[in-house]
Amino acid sequence: MIESQSGSKSTNLSDTRFYKKQRRIALRLCGIIDPEQIDEYIGYDGYEALGRALTEMKPCDVIDILKKSGLRGRGGAGFPTGLKWEFAAKAAGEQKYVCCNADEGDPGAFMDRSILEGDPHSVIEAMTIAAYAIGADQGYIYVRAEYPLAVKRLEIAIGKAKEYGLLGENIFDSGFNFNLEIRLGAGAFVCGEETALMTSIEGNRGEPRPRPPFPAVKGLFKSPTVLNNVETYANIPQIIKNGPEWFASMGTETSKGTKVFALGGNVTNVGLVEVPMGTTLREIVDEIGGGVPGGKKFKAAQTGGPSGGCIPSKHFDVPIDYEQLAAIGSMMGSGGLIVMDEDSCMVDIAKYFLGFTVEESCGKCNPCRIGTKRLCEMLEKITSGKGEDDDIEKLESLCRHIMSSSLCALGQTAPNPVISTLTFFKDEYIAHIKDKKCPAGVCKDLLSYTINEKCIGCTICAKNCPADAITGAVKTMHKIDQSKCIKCNVCFEKCKFGAIDKG
Amino acid sequence: MADSTIAFKGTKEQEAKLMEAIELHRSQPGPLMPVLQAAQDIYGYMPREVLEIISRQMQMSLSDIYGIVTFYSQFHLEPKGKHKIHICLGTACYVKGAGKILERFEKELGIKDGECTPDGNFSIDALRCVGACGLAPVMSVNDDVYGKVTEDQVPEILAKYKA
Repeated sequence: MIESQSGSKSTNLSDTRFYKKQRRIALRLCGIIDPEQIDEYIGYDGYEALGRALTEMKPCDVIDILKKSGLRGRGGAGFPTGLKWEFAAKAAGEQKYVCCNADEGDPGAFMDRSILEGDPHSVIEAMTIAAYAIGADQGYIYVRAEYPLAVKRLEIAIGKAKEYGLLGENIFDSGFNFNLEIRLGAGAFVCGEETALMTSIEGNRGEPRPRPPFPAVKGLFKSPTVLNNVETYANIPQIIKNGPEWFASMGTETSKGTKVFALGGNVTNVGLVEVPMGTTLREIVDEIGGGVPGGKKFKAAQTGGPSGGCIPSKHFDVPIDYEQLAAIGSMMGSGGLIVMDEDSCMVDIAKYFLGFTVEESCGKCNPCRIGTKRLCEMLEKITSGKGEDDDIEKLESLCRHIMSSSLCALGQTAPNPVISTLTFFKDEYIAHIKDKKCPAGVCKDLLSYTINEKCIGCTICAKNCPADAITGAVKTMHKIDQSKCIKCNVCFEKCKFGAIDKG
Repeated sequence: MADSTIAFKGTKEQEAKLMEAIELHRSQPGPLMPVLQAAQDIYGYMPREVLEIISRQMQMSLSDIYGIVTFYSQFHLEPKGKHKIHICLGTACYVKGAGKILERFEKELGIKDGECTPDGNFSIDALRCVGACGLAPVMSVNDDVYGKVTEDQVPEILAKYKA
């Protein structure tokens, strides 16, 4: 018997509110099997898809299945996977490579880590299928160094697959060979960009390079390369096994199958949620996530990490897919979904993301290196109460320049958090600039603390004030000396009577 | 590159280990990253002396290697504290108040993000998402992970490592 937080009881996990609307394909075996036991994966039809591909299909048949399935890249950009494989298969070159992007750098996304830790063989199987389809014999999985457990489980899984003859020479007696190696990242967000990732594997600074040529033509070590994200790969064995029609029956017109979201932030149920494309944000946040806890008001859902945007509740009934999210100024990204309540300041959130991009910009192209820095400085100015009337216009114009002239997706999408918050929460920008107020009470320089008539003179605020800014006799209303107040928020937290106002 | 203010204390054993790693990776395509990662594991940081060994052995210029080392945030030119405090500033942690946890650690230890205490005991580094967003705000000291941390827990956590 499972009792949910709302008190309802179910006998089956899939009947609970959290799981009811989920459809688990990429996460199919996460938490179900022991990821260190290859036999458990095989027991759930693991490596059956690879066996069928190698013994019953020609490489072009595999590509056809993927094209028909409508699978698109789950790393964020949504490029059709079958098409990508076809380009690499047709590209001229003796040596070809298959790579897996496991450099999950978007803050707030952890589905790739969970798949690698919970079901590593599904990724290995899919990469081997990809290698067969394009004619590669060597693969690399590029994993963030922040994920040591994922690396350990992958190492065990690769070792076991070799032992069972599922990696290495003459797999399934088909004469097909494939070897797989792990390469570790070293903490650079831009390495999630495909050309930067390959440059990093080659042993250089992970800087992107202009495309074309696309990696499918000239990628790793200048050879044709297929690079897909972990979640994309995790879908592939199921597509081969169950057929493209099965996969294409889920989702929307343009986006098929399911998508995993990492639900986090100020929401009751946090965790990985895999739902068919076309599910609405309301279903994810309110039904699966159980809404915002603590009686607070929902403000925005942030998707797409530093490249995405903040979506307000008025767009809650939009069916989520690649196109719809882009239409409302956000993006799919890798699937981080952070819920923010009334206590989050949208200007501060935009500044937070720009701070991230400033640090992570590789510095190769000027619009991104200098533009994001300037953008961040302007937001800093606004949040510190020095905003001027034409700042919003300046922000918008700089955003447009950065988007249109940056070399790679990092720079091209870096202004998104600013643009989306400007679109949906312009009133907060105006409050910061004109009224010198932070409505959410986050931006310290714009806050002032005062004591209201609810004060009973208990003295707890005065005792705890580190700046000795609060005075008043016992049982009389206290007062805060604004010149001494350091806005540390201690009085607000300690007061049991709601007698401290901030704003 | 500026020389470190901290004297290099590498041992013969460490150097032998580094040479072993260089030999292991030398013939692979793209050998530099695995070699640098091994070097950081062996020495805990990347002082000039170590980069010079790699430069000689791999026949690459020191400036090229320096450019690569400083590009990636996980390579350090200066040593870190005996106890490494990492505070996740990913989005989920940030909206749940990780910024305040970081401030509190900075205040308690009297150092800023990225710095090390003068006695070499503690260093603080903010991280960009460790992928444990369900436990937000998350932080770790060495290999111990702490989830759903509150500001008030900070002194308790520090006390465990001060002894």
